[in-house]
Amino acid sequence: MTDRTHDDIPEAHVRVPRYSGSARVNHWIVAISFILLGLSGLALFHPSLFGLTVLFGGGQNARWLHPWLGIVLVIAFFGLFVRFVSQNLPERTDITWLARLRYALSAGGEDYLPEVGKYNAGQKFVFWSQTLLILVLLGSGLCLWQQGQDYLERTLGIHVSIETMRWAAVIHATAAVLTIIVFVIHVYSAIWVRGTIDAMTSGTVTGGWGWRHHRRWLRRKVREGDVDVEHPKGTSGS
Amino acid sequence: MFPPLPNPDVSAQKPPLFGEQDLVRRSASRVPAPARQLTPVAKLIDVSKCIGCKACQAACLEWNDLREKVGVNRGVLDNPDDLTPDSLTVMRFTEWINPSTDTLEWLIRKDGCMHCAEPGCLEACPAPGAIVQYSNGIVDFIHENCIGCGYCIKGCPFNIPRISRVDNTAYKCTLCSDRIAVGQGPACQKACPTQAIVFGTKDEMKAWADLRKKDLKSRGFDKAGLYDPPGVSGTHVMYVLHHADQPHIYAGLPDNPRISPLVRAWKGAGKYAGLGLIALSVVAGVIHHLVQGPNRVTQHDEEEAERLAGDKP
Repeated sequence: MTDRTHDDIPEAHVRVPRYSGSARVNHWIVAISFILLGLSGLALFHPSLFGLTVLFGGGQNARWLHPWLGIVLVIAFFGLFVRFVSQNLPERTDITWLARLRYALSAGGEDYLPEVGKYNAGQKFVFWSQTLLILVLLGSGLCLWQQGQDYLERTLGIHVSIETMRWAAVIHATAAVLTIIVFVIHVYSAIWVRGTIDAMTSGTVTGGWGWRHHRRWLRRKVREGDVDVEHPKGTSGS
Repeated sequence: MFPPLPNPDVSAQKPPLFGEQDLVRRSASRVPAPARQLTPVAKLIDVSKCIGCKACQAACLEWNDLREKVGVNRGVLDNPDDLTPDSLTVMRFTEWINPSTDTLEWLIRKDGCMHCAEPGCLEACPAPGAIVQYSNGIVDFIHENCIGCGYCIKGCPFNIPRISRVDNTAYKCTLCSDRIAVGQGPACQKACPTQAIVFGTKDEMKAWADLRKKDLKSRGFDKAGLYDPPGVSGTHVMYVLHHADQPHIYAGLPDNPRISPLVRAWKGAGKYAGLGLIALSVVAGVIHHLVQGPNRVTQHDEEEAERLAGDKP
C-alpha cells in the first residue's frame, strides 16, 4: 500500500450491501439512456450543439432515436421508482436536514445533522424531482413527437393542437434543463462523497461510509445482520 | 392588363437568377451578408376574383411532380381536406353569410405558405440549413438538411408545414423558387384562369392591390384591402380580401399573425438561459469541490462501524 492510499482510504473491515445486481443494472440502463437523451436533446436545443448528432449518425437518426430512448428511460426509471420509493418517503428528520443544508454541504459538517436512513433529504430531492420531471418530459415529449401525437389521438382521442405543441416545446425544454441540473447534482454528489460510486459498481459500501453518511441505515443493516465483516488479517476488499 | 403569358425562352441555358449566395437567413446557422439585394417578389392572391376551380392545386401537383392519394369527401368543396406533404396548396371554401346584407358569399382562399419576411418556421428550426430565406423574400425548405423534427410546424403562425411520412422531412410551398430562378412565375399563377393569382415584384403587387381595392370599394366592399400582415413584417404571398377588416372569416386566416411568444421564448432567450444554467451548475460543483475538498470517510468512521458491527478487534 502506498502512503497516499493509507492516508486517503482507511482500512475497512466491514462492507455493507447497498444495491443488488439487478438494481445496479437497472440504474445503469437509466443512466446510459439519460446521457444519450441529453446529448440528442441538447443537439436540437441549441444550434452550436447540433454537431452532437454525429454521435447518433446524423440529425434524422438523433431525431427518431430520442423519443424511443425516452421510452426506454421511462420504463427503466419506473423500475428504479418501484425499488426505491419506500426508502424515499419524507420524514420529519428531512426538515432538520434541509434546515442545516450548509452543514450537509461541508465536508466535516455531518456531525451536526440528524442520523439518516438509506437516503438523506438531498437524495430524496433528487429522487422526487427526477420522478416529477420525467413525467413532465414524457407528457410534453409525446405532444412533440409525431408518433406520440398519433398515439394520443388514436388511443386516447386527444388531439394535440399547434398551440399545445408550442407549450409542450417550452415545458419540455425547461424540464430538460432542470433534469440535467438535477443530474449534475446527483453525479457531483456521488463524486464529492468519496466511496459512493462503489454502491453502484460493486454494490457495497464500507461500514465507515455507512457510519458517516447513513448511520440509521447502517444500524438497521447491522441489526438485520446484513453486513459483511472481514477479520483484519484477511484480504480487504477495499 | 394581363395578356396571355408567352412561354419563356428555353433555347439557351442561363445561370439561375438567384442561389445560395443570396441567402439572408439560414436556420440554426449564420450566413454572410449577401453582396447584392434582389428585388423582393410577391404573389398576390385576389380572393374576390377566385372562382374555386382548383387549377392552381392541379398545377402545383403537376409542376412539383406530386400525387395526392384519394381522400374522403367531407361534404364540402375542400379537396383535399387539408394541406398535406403532397398538396402544398389547397383551396379553402367558406360559405359566409354577410350580416349586413344577409346574403351568402363564397369566400375561397387559396391556402399555402405565406413566405413571411420574418419566418417562424426558420426561427424554430434546429437543423442547420434546412430552412433558408433569399433576399427576394422566398422561404425555402432544403430537404437534404431537414431532420423531420416538426419544429417548423410549431414556429409557423399560419399552420402550413407538413411532415412527410415517406421521407420524414417537412414540405410546404416553395413559391416555385425553381421556376422563379429561371425567370418564370409560380405554376399556380400561370394556371389561374381568372388572374386571381398574379406574380411580380412586391411593389408591383402592392400597386396592383391598390387598384383592386379601389375597384372593390366602388362595388360596395367598403372594407376591401390588402393582407400583408405587419406582425411578421409582411409576407411575400399576399391576399386581396373583400373584408380585410376580418381576415378570420376566410377559413381562419389569422387577424394578426406573429411568431408565438412561446416559440420566441423557447428558441430565443430560453436556449441561452438553459445552457447557462446547466453550465452554472457544473461550475458550482467544481467550485464547491475546490473549496470543500472531497468528503472522505475517516479511519474513525470505519472503526465506529466495526464497533457497531460487533467486531472491534
